[in-house]
Amino acid sequence: MADYNTMELMITVASRELEDGATAGVGTGAPCAAAMLAQKTHAPNLVIMFEAGGVSPILPEMPISVGDSRTFNKAIMATSMAEIMETCCRGFVDYTFLGGAQIDMFGNLNSTKIGGDHQKPKVRLPGSGGANDFGSFCWKMMVMTVQDARRFVENIDFITTPGWIKGGNSRYDAGLPLGTGPYKIITNMAVMDFEPESKRMRVISINPGYTFKDVQENCGFELLQIPKIKETKAPTHHELSILREQVDPYRYIIGR
Amino acid sequence: MDILEQGIGELFTDPDPDKARLHFRHKSRKLENKLMPLKEAIDKYVKDGEYLAIGGFGANRAPIAACHEIVRQGRKNMGFAGHTSTHDFQILAAGEVFNRCDAAYIIGLEARGLSNVARRYMQSGKVQVTEWSNYSLAARLKAAAMGVPFVPTRNLMGTDTFKYSGCKVVECPFTGKKIVLQPALYPDISIIHVHEADIYGNCRIKGIMIADDDLARASKKLIITCERLIPNEEIRRDPTATKIPYWLVDAVCEVPFGAYPGNMAYEYFSDEQHLKEWMQTEEDPERFKAFMQKYIYGCKDHYDYIELNGGIHKIIELRLKEHMLHKEVTNG
Repeated sequence: MADYNTMELMITVASRELEDGATAGVGTGAPCAAAMLAQKTHAPNLVIMFEAGGVSPILPEMPISVGDSRTFNKAIMATSMAEIMETCCRGFVDYTFLGGAQIDMFGNLNSTKIGGDHQKPKVRLPGSGGANDFGSFCWKMMVMTVQDARRFVENIDFITTPGWIKGGNSRYDAGLPLGTGPYKIITNMAVMDFEPESKRMRVISINPGYTFKDVQENCGFELLQIPKIKETKAPTHHELSILREQVDPYRYIIGR
Repeated sequence: MDILEQGIGELFTDPDPDKARLHFRHKSRKLENKLMPLKEAIDKYVKDGEYLAIGGFGANRAPIAACHEIVRQGRKNMGFAGHTSTHDFQILAAGEVFNRCDAAYIIGLEARGLSNVARRYMQSGKVQVTEWSNYSLAARLKAAAMGVPFVPTRNLMGTDTFKYSGCKVVECPFTGKKIVLQPALYPDISIIHVHEADIYGNCRIKGIMIADDDLARASKKLIITCERLIPNEEIRRDPTATKIPYWLVDAVCEVPFGAYPGNMAYEYFSDEQHLKEWMQTEEDPERFKAFMQKYIYGCKDHYDYIELNGGIHKIIELRLKEHMLHKEVTNG
């Protein structure tokens, strides 16, 4: 087993979810690194889209902004935000990766505010950006984040981006397109999905060096688990060398 | 159509297309010279209390020189479209230019982190906020560009973003499905930075459009800043390249490096060193006050500001970086 850090593990695990020929709407940072790693390992024809308009770029290095020049470097199209989001809405975009300050047991995400009232919040966060749109329209929404009880909360302060809303069929009852929704949550300790009926978060694999107890202790709500939890496959030497040498040589993301 | 649900967020602009039509009816269709200095354009067209929108994507092809000038001239009580808004938001929040904000993306500078000054301002209670997403604000501009009061979309449903938005959910009369109505957004004044324009306001934009095609069409007044002026014959030589036609435009200002310290695709990359300095200085209010005095209030124009940050040498460095030549050129 190779030595790796938390970020390298999460990026590697996330990259394996992306199959060749799929489309993914990504932001900067770890999601972009995961998509680049997938392209350079098993998914050379993965189509990366950025909300500001870049479609299928050849990324020479990590973008700083989802609208900077790198996001449409040698791309097949440089278009508009409306076109990207409408492409998602029409059902052409398979994956997206999102994050937030808080996530609940149904995969709802908060990136708007914590505490106080709406007009005078205790902590104001950026807001949706394109997250609500990607989370509403893409077929499979994934999250990469650190396992922490302040982040995985029982009561989310604000639902910026929809997960399974209140569980069951509530997402579709709210009016969101059928077949969309949160798919996997990848943390430094485990990989989780959602129980098909209740739509509650459940642990499906534990990362090397951790136990289910560790994951539960770092989660503010009760986690479900599948009967036979596996150990998450650690990053291979090959994955790590590509990640370190070609995807993020300046360690912008993996150095955090 | 019955309204099934509606957001409680206030609309800061009137979505009525007929009122917008009355304005557009009287807008000049003449092919006339609109060239003027940036200072004059801001003075003439950007008014206290109006609703402002900024083109580009935060620190990419954003009219930063114009944002500085708005702060320098002390505009107040404006409404602001916080659409993909990063460094522009940071500047306008520092100047406390707006007191109401349509928030889709604010406060943050993406991978660079969050702006302390912008966050403090948004937590002060001085700013009234309505929530949206980036696409919903883009859709609102599209509705205005279409000359209709709303467009239907399928985002926001089931969230607090919807609850604090100004949207409504109705039952689609064709399919019976729930659909979100995004009210048209007609900004009073918008500013867009483009690569090339002629003196009449015909504009070329290279690379991603973000939402600027619709923003230009939705705005009651429009200031264009451009990297360079080109002759009208050049526009007519390749009409497929025109992204904004002149009749939408009120003022044309030639402002090379007008997106600095942001990124202008095919021209110069962002000055990450200066943006980092900005964010670090924001942590200390006294130091930031001096920073603002030095870089904005104390500068006559954008060129003073660029000079303070390394002038032409810095621009050359950023041009190399934009063209990915910085690793090859070592004589620095």
